[in-house]
Amino acid sequence: MNAWAAIRTIMKRELAGYFTSPIAYVFLVIFLLLTGFFTFTIGNFFERGEASLVSFFTWHPWLYLFLVPAAGMRLWSEERRLGTMELLLTMPVTTWQAIIGKFLASWLFLALALALTFPVAITVNYFGDPDNGVIFAGYVGSLMLAGAYLAVSCMTSALTRNQVISFILSVMICLFLILAGYSPVTDLLSQYASPVVVEIVAAFSVMTHFEGFQRGVLDTRDVVFFASVIGFMLFVTGVIIRNQRAG
Amino acid sequence: MIKVEHLVKAFGPKLAVNDVSFSVERGEVLGFLGPNGAGKSTTMRMVTGYYPPTSGRITVGGHDMVENPIAAKRLIGYLPENAPGYADMTVNGFLNFCAELRGLQGDARKRAVHRAVELCFLENVLYQSIDTLSKGYKHRTCLAQSLIHDPDVLILDEPTDGLDPNQKHEVRGLIKRLGESKVVIFSTHILEEVEAACSRVIIIDRGHIVASGTPAELKARSPEGKLDEVFRAITLPDTVKHDVSHEVHA
Ligand SMILES: Nc1ncnc2c1ncn2[C@@H]1O[C@H](COP(=O)(O)OP(=O)(O)OP(=O)(O)O)[C@@H](O)[C@H]1O
Ligand SMILES: [Mg+2]
Repeated sequence: MNAWAAIRTIMKRELAGYFTSPIAYVFLVIFLLLTGFFTFTIGNFFERGEASLVSFFTWHPWLYLFLVPAAGMRLWSEERRLGTMELLLTMPVTTWQAIIGKFLASWLFLALALALTFPVAITVNYFGDPDNGVIFAGYVGSLMLAGAYLAVSCMTSALTRNQVISFILSVMICLFLILAGYSPVTDLLSQYASPVVVEIVAAFSVMTHFEGFQRGVLDTRDVVFFASVIGFMLFVTGVIIRNQRAG
Repeated sequence: MIKVEHLVKAFGPKLAVNDVSFSVERGEVLGFLGPNGAGKSTTMRMVTGYYPPTSGRITVGGHDMVENPIAAKRLIGYLPENAPGYADMTVNGFLNFCAELRGLQGDARKRAVHRAVELCFLENVLYQSIDTLSKGYKHRTCLAQSLIHDPDVLILDEPTDGLDPNQKHEVRGLIKRLGESKVVIFSTHILEEVEAACSRVIIIDRGHIVASGTPAELKARSPEGKLDEVFRAITLPDTVKHDVSHEVHA
C-alpha cells in the first residue's frame, strides 16, 4: 500500500470519529457562537462602519487558544488510553503516516468549522464593498494559525494518556506563542531588553505572523513560519511516540 | 519463518526480556507459557514491531523487523493483550478500517471482512459499537482483525482470555487448523490449551527461556506426567526466591 492510501485511511477514520460522537457538533456550535459573539458584540462589527472582517479575525488567536486544543487533545492520548496505538503501529504503516493522517483529519475538521463562518463574509459583502482578497488572506492566515496550534496539541497529546493534561499543556504552549509577540508584552519587554532581543522573541510568536495575513499580505515568510511550526511539532510528536516505545 | 536471536528489552534498569532466542517454521504452533510479568507480551510486542528491541535481531519471513518493518508487518496478524479496539466504531467499521490498512480494497475487502466475521462468529454484533460489546465479543472482534488479511504469521496474546467455554474450544480449533499452513505464536495461562493446540512450548520466567520442547517432552519431566507440575517446578513463585531455574533447564 502506498503512503498516501495509508494516510487517507487513517484520516478518514479519525474524521469520522469526530462525527460519531457529540464532540463535533458541540465544538461547531460553540465555535460559531463564540466567533459571532466576539465579532459582533465585543468587536463592534457594525459600529465600526468598515467593510472588513478585522473585528472577526482579531479574536481568532484567543478563540483558538482554547478551542483548538479541545479538538486536538484526544488525538494520541485516546489512542494510548484505548491501547489501539499498539494495533495501529503494528499495521503496515509508518509512524509518520499515522501522525500526518491524524493531524490532517483534525485540521480538515477545523477548516470545516472555519468554513461555516461564511455568513460573516456574506454579511460584510451585503452591507459594504470589502476587499475580498484581504478576506481571503485572512481566512488562509486563520487556517494556518489553527494548524500551528493543532500541531502543538498533537504533540502534547502524545505525551500523556490523560486528555486534561494534554489540553492544559497545549493551552500553555499556545499562550506562549501568542504572548511572545503580543504588543502589551513586547512593549513591556522592550523596557528591559534590547530591541534585537525583543524582535527575536517576537519572531517566534504567531501574532507577528498572523497580522500580516490580516492586512491582506500573503507573505511567504509568514507561510513558512506556520509550516515550520507544524512541521517541527509533528516531528517532535514522532520522536515522543518513538521514545515511549523504546523504554 | 520467524527467527529471534538474543532478544533483550530493558525498561530503565529492568530487563523485561533477557536474551531470548527461538525460531518457528511454517506448520508450527508455538505456545508461550510463563507467570505474570515473565515477559511474554513484551516479547510479542517486539516480534510484531511495536517495541524496538534494546538489542537482538528479529526476522519475519526474511525481513528484518528493525530495518524493513513494513514488509515484515505485512506478514503478521496480531492480537494484542486486552484486545484493544476503537470505542466509537462499529465492529463492521473497525474491520473495514483494518482491512483497508492492510491494503485490501473493494470486493477483496468485503470478502475479507465477511470471512473474518464468520471465523469469529460476529454476525450478531456487526453494527454494534465496540464500547458496548461484552468482553468476549470485544476479544473476538480484535481476533477477527488479526485474521483479516489471511496472514502467514499469527501472533496472539492470550487469544482465549475472556471467552466462554464454547468459544475457547472454537478458538483452539481455529489455532490448530491455521497452524497447519501458517506460523502461530500464542501465549496463554491455560495449560490444557497448550496440550490441545501447540506443537511446541516455550516457558518464560523473568525474561529468560527456562524450558522448551513439545508438550509431551515437557510432561515427561514430571513423575506424574502433568504439565502444571512441570510449570510450577520450573517457574518458582517469588516467595521462594533463589535462582534454581537454570538448574532445571540444565
Ligand atoms: N512499558 C513498560 N514500561 C516499564 N515496564 C514494563 C513495560 N511493559 C512491561 N513492563 C514490565 O516488563 C515485565 C514483563 O511484562 P509482560 O507484560 O511482558 O509480562 P507477561 O509475561 O505478558 O505477563 P502477563 O502474564 O501478566 O500478561 C513486567 O515486569 C512489566 O512490569
Ligand atoms: Mg501479557
